[in-house]
Amino acid sequence: MSNLEIELQALKENLLEMMGLVSQQIELCKESTISGDLKLAEQVIENEKRVNALELTMDKDCENILALHNPVATDLRFVLAVLKITGDLERIGDNAKNIATFLIKNSKKLDKDYLDKFSINKMYEISISMLSCLSESLKKDDAELARKTFKEDELLNKKNKNGPKIAAALIEEDPKQAKLIVRLLAVVNKLERVGDLAINIAEEVVFHVEAKVLKHNKDKS
Amino acid sequence: MKHIEAIDVNAYYGDNHVLKSIDIAIKENTVTAFIGPSGCGKSTFLRTLNRMNDYIESFRLEGKILVEGNDIYKKKVNVEELRQKIGMVFQKPNPFPKSIFENVAYGLRIHGEKDKKKIEEVVEQSLVKAALWSEVKDQLKKSAFGLSGGQQQRLCIARTLAVEPSIILMDEPASALDPISTAKIEELINELKQNYTIIIVTHNMQQASRVSDRTAFFYMGELVEVGKTTDIFTNPSKKQTENYISGRFG
Repeated sequence: MSNLEIELQALKENLLEMMGLVSQQIELCKESTISGDLKLAEQVIENEKRVNALELTMDKDCENILALHNPVATDLRFVLAVLKITGDLERIGDNAKNIATFLIKNSKKLDKDYLDKFSINKMYEISISMLSCLSESLKKDDAELARKTFKEDELLNKKNKNGPKIAAALIEEDPKQAKLIVRLLAVVNKLERVGDLAINIAEEVVFHVEAKVLKHNKDKS
Repeated sequence: MKHIEAIDVNAYYGDNHVLKSIDIAIKENTVTAFIGPSGCGKSTFLRTLNRMNDYIESFRLEGKILVEGNDIYKKKVNVEELRQKIGMVFQKPNPFPKSIFENVAYGLRIHGEKDKKKIEEVVEQSLVKAALWSEVKDQLKKSAFGLSGGQQQRLCIARTLAVEPSIILMDEPASALDPISTAKIEELINELKQNYTIIIVTHNMQQASRVSDRTAFFYMGELVEVGKTTDIFTNPSKKQTENYISGRFG
């Protein structure tokens, strides 16, 4: 194995670790939301430091690989993709942290009925499924697997689109809970944003594997 | 405009089939890099373009090589004139044991030029074009062997330019030079392509990607892939090319 291959393999392992960690963050938010266990939300906030550290490590690794090994073709595309993917993962991590902060502040007031109306658990599940799919696609260099997330994102978008209407109806029913409902709507927005960031990652996987640029292109095929 | 075109070129050293059905068209005022592992045929092919292989007795060529539309292997072709039109720079600088001035003037003199003023003008212009004039203008009568390796190589380029070629073939022109001299040669290649068609054989992938507009990858006598250098180095269409440029070959 060449030195470049060794470096690229280590970079991929770090990337998969970061992706796993970020996915775990969303999972912890979900568990904390369902169970009301705030220790899980606190763990998300604690883990965020590790997510940020991994981003910085990988940025440095990419810089070193570009400077010392002059990668070309697939190797170059992989390094360029990693530089963007780590940024997207870090922002997914930020969203998880913000959701965790919301949970810590509002956990006691959360009504299961509200969670159901906004389909928050379903949104968590879709987000986790998208990240898991992306992790597999990276492991196997499988662009088709990455493309599967585009359909899942549409579901998240749909739920986010319905959010304001649901919020308005809930506020009308119980105006005293308006503040909480608006904050819950913000959680819906954050989960939709997680989907958007996952799509960015999927586009980078396709770029790495097939050299196709899907960014700003409605036709994702 | 197509400056050089090879059509179904096959070449042999005795029974050894060293170039296999090569088809390639090279546009004028471009730099084309030939890359590939040792023994792949890239230098042999380069040398077919100015008939340098004619010196090898067992060498035989089939197919056509057209320069400006004319078949350079036709019997009536004057090989000396051909090599004036298609200059060559070699791996190791090979100045003649003469002064700097005489090295550049040599080609003109053997082509019968006697006008002293004209010779002086051409020597200066050639040294300017080869980015060497400012370094040697005060020592033109000194021996060329006193120059550094990088300067000697630029002197050889000036010598090539003096006889007004339209095509310059370069066979690993910077492989024996330090990074600074290499950078000067590469800068020079970039400037020369405004007026010349350049083909460079190189083992240095970064050099190929830095200096060329198009890259041709040879392997075991075959032209595996030719295309825009940006495409070859970011998304080659053949796996063999990718494996070679990324160092995974073999």
